[in-house]
Amino acid sequence: MTLSEQFPILVVILPMFVAPLLAMLASRGQLPWLIATATSALTFAIAITLTAEVLQSGTIEYILGDWPVPFGIGLTIGPLSAMMLMIISGASTVALVAGRESMNAEVGSVHQSLLYSCWLLALTGLLGIAATGDAFNIFVFMEISSLASYVMVANGPNRQALTASFKYLVTGTLGATFYLVGVGYLYMMTGTLNIADMAQRLGEVSDTLPIFIAAGFVMLGLALKAALFPMHAWMPNAYQFAPTPVAIFFAACSTKVALFVMLRFEYVLFLPNLGQQATFLSSLLIPLCVGGFLVGSAVAIFERDLKRMLGYSSVAQLAYIVLGISLASGAGVTAAMIHFFNHALIKAALFVAVAGMIIRFGSSSLDQLAGVGKRMPLTVLGFVLAGVSLIGVPLTAGFISKWYLIQAVLNEGGLGIVLTALILVSSLMAVVYIWKVVEVAYFKEPADGQEGTARQEAPLPLLVVLWVLVAANFWFGIDPSLPIGLATQEASSLMGGMQ
Amino acid sequence: MSDSTLILLALALPLVFSGVIAITGANRNLRDSLMVASAVVLFMTVVSILPSVAAGARPSVELFDIIPGLALGFEIEPLGMIFALVASGLWVLTSLYGIGYMRGAHEKHQTRFFACFSIAIFAALGVAFAENMFTLFIFYEVLSLSTYPLVAHKGTEEAKRGARIYLGLLLGTSIGLMLPAMLVTWWLTGTLSFQPGGILQDNVSRGVGAVLLILYMFGIGKAALMPFHRWLPSAMVAPTPVSALLHAVAVVKAGVFTVLKVSVYLFGLDYLQSLWSADFVMWVAAFTLLSASIVALQKTNLKARLAYSTVSQLSYIVLGAMLANQLSITGGGLHIVMHAFGKITLFFCAGAIYVAAHKTEISQMDGLGRKMPITMFAFLLGALSVIGAPPLGGFWSKWHLMLGAVDAQQQIMIAVFLISTLLNIAYLLPPVVRAFLLAPPKEDEEKEEEDGHGDHESHGVGHRFGLAEAPLLCLIPLSLTAIGTLLLFFFVDPILGLIQSIFTGVM
Repeated sequence: MTLSEQFPILVVILPMFVAPLLAMLASRGQLPWLIATATSALTFAIAITLTAEVLQSGTIEYILGDWPVPFGIGLTIGPLSAMMLMIISGASTVALVAGRESMNAEVGSVHQSLLYSCWLLALTGLLGIAATGDAFNIFVFMEISSLASYVMVANGPNRQALTASFKYLVTGTLGATFYLVGVGYLYMMTGTLNIADMAQRLGEVSDTLPIFIAAGFVMLGLALKAALFPMHAWMPNAYQFAPTPVAIFFAACSTKVALFVMLRFEYVLFLPNLGQQATFLSSLLIPLCVGGFLVGSAVAIFERDLKRMLGYSSVAQLAYIVLGISLASGAGVTAAMIHFFNHALIKAALFVAVAGMIIRFGSSSLDQLAGVGKRMPLTVLGFVLAGVSLIGVPLTAGFISKWYLIQAVLNEGGLGIVLTALILVSSLMAVVYIWKVVEVAYFKEPADGQEGTARQEAPLPLLVVLWVLVAANFWFGIDPSLPIGLATQEASSLMGGMQ
Repeated sequence: MSDSTLILLALALPLVFSGVIAITGANRNLRDSLMVASAVVLFMTVVSILPSVAAGARPSVELFDIIPGLALGFEIEPLGMIFALVASGLWVLTSLYGIGYMRGAHEKHQTRFFACFSIAIFAALGVAFAENMFTLFIFYEVLSLSTYPLVAHKGTEEAKRGARIYLGLLLGTSIGLMLPAMLVTWWLTGTLSFQPGGILQDNVSRGVGAVLLILYMFGIGKAALMPFHRWLPSAMVAPTPVSALLHAVAVVKAGVFTVLKVSVYLFGLDYLQSLWSADFVMWVAAFTLLSASIVALQKTNLKARLAYSTVSQLSYIVLGAMLANQLSITGGGLHIVMHAFGKITLFFCAGAIYVAAHKTEISQMDGLGRKMPITMFAFLLGALSVIGAPPLGGFWSKWHLMLGAVDAQQQIMIAVFLISTLLNIAYLLPPVVRAFLLAPPKEDEEKEEEDGHGDHESHGVGHRFGLAEAPLLCLIPLSLTAIGTLLLFFFVDPILGLIQSIFTGVM
């Protein structure tokens, strides 16, 4: 038995074991940061290896403790899981490397080692959700990551972080509870918690009331967790008041994990087994998605705080992903998965750039950032280029997402044309809010009382991370074969299960 | 060198040089001479592709697939060849002129200006060479974005407002209308390649095709069909070389070039003729053509008048495309060339007048012909060419457009062309008449005498003869383009042959 065979479980438990060590260490220096970053980087490396393996030889099944699957817990790493593992561990690594100075500035050194400990727990939870093949296990990991996240958000520099964290906690707990109720019903009817097993047994009891109730609870719980419009209020708050590195980490991956679970439940369990599910799914979710991306983009236009603006932009962008899921078609899932990947790249880059501005200006309010383009040209240029990708200009990753999403939407006939028009309206609104930043940064003179226009670039590690992400945005806009390959592979296996 | 290498070279040159310009910015003599050199080399590169295109070849390069089946690729056909020749040829003159103008008018940020200028030419060539609508779209957007800093160059509130309208309308129409049209085209046909005879006729019903046509035609905001023409006058806050190259040649011509390209290679002429919306767009173009001329009549600012004149002239080409027969397409193609030469002359003159005499209003131009005879004579030639009077190049394009209208049995459109020609005379000749026939206003002469003791660096050549022409670097280009309008009348055959080879395959 070689080490590489243990990668599926290692990627999850590695941060879990390091987390308590960090808590015990209670060092005030940079050591906790270093350990957390190294751990996170190691999981990222493992995730990449796993992805390569999945691309080469298909889904990896891993059985914990040699207990055969319906009885023990199994890990199932398919293409989408592999992609999620990469996104989560990558986002964590990026946020840690870029966020060291922000962390020092925003969080007192006493709390840092505990915060990093929570960070690794959150990482474990998120990775666990992506890797596991067991419905109850998902709940456990969800709780691990959520509890850790509440602590992380509450550590924000402003006292409002506490209320933001509390809102997050209430919504998150509600979501998790609903999910658990749903899983309970499913277990009651099928007698299993393993998702693959459940899919097989669900056929016998498919059109019974408890299963409908279960589907409703699971979807509602996950929608709360994923900040789907109109249940999004906690998210911009949490992003705004959390310590900036935490915002980078969560913006890139945390709500996506809930969407990932939603996607798996829908396509593995509900759609193949429940007769009217496709109609329910579309007629319920499509209006919410449309509301989500229109309202999200529109509110983002009027926000004056960059972190909050990006939070609302995420509401809109996640609505694109849910739209892809709700189409209940192969093309739709493919589009959703591609946007999983691309949106992580885009939002991570944007938040990293904002982190840079906060380090130098102490604020992410547009009113304070006038003329920032002259003072930190590289940081702001990175922000603008990532923004261009967010808008979906050709040759950027964002364009690939939009292209696939719109092609998927067009397959829906008349409705598709309306949706296409609405998506484009939302994209134009993205132009407006990104452009608002450009004008403040480049064409507005700094307010009085600020020191001269000396160049004051963000710290080097942050800058490097930012530009790596920006380059990735263009790389995956020009050669998107990695996300497309993973997405089509997963879509074909999911859709195969549906027929 | 093979043709495909030449294509890549032509695209790489301006891009590389924009970097070089940015680096050598501190030494402005070096920077400016490098810029002219790069413009000349670029023009020669483009010219060296001409023989094989004229012989019927379609040199092409494919870079990479972005989405399976959707490549970033280039292929040169006659229309693109002509557009590329015009853009790169006039770039040589404009860079000369730009140097003279920017120095003469003491503009700031010259390095940023010239660097963006180079990127704009790169984008224009990309549009010209694009093998498919997707590639064209990318370069079309690069062109909009790279010209934004040029329009906002002065940095005043007015410049920023103008630039915002400029970018807003161009991006808005392209993302809001053209992109959906492309998406639907791709979804229905599975390709976006430009193919002779079009790609839509076999896969798309007439009803959908008609809607697509409307989306494309209004989505190509750079063709300035009403009601999406406002960006063009707004962009006139830019320094004159920008107006000259970009709003007489590169940007607006990229728009109408796209219109022709979409009409001929996506829709195909037969299919286009069968769509009801072709008539609709034709009427919109006719309306734009006349009403912009009438607006131009009322503008007292010279550049604003030229801007509306451009709006009107662009609609000639859209109208030609919508008439959808060989003669009208030929006329449209020719008009790209003829109008480029005529209008760039007019803009060069307007800039020269601003640099030498600091005049922007037509009412101030009384008697200017005595001080700036060369400029004003060039203006006359340019104006006559835009009007379409023989023996100037503009005659041929209008001739073919009218023949096309006859061929399509659109008698009203013939009348539209004729009325518009009269309006052209009415708004383009008064500045010349004032300059040559009216006496200069009194205070001007007094001021001139006071000035006589001062510094005359910017007044350039021949001051001792009572002349006050713009610097030589401004004067020479505008004389050359003016002569160009004349020569184009006599040597139109090669261009005509090239355009007609779209339909016959060989020249």
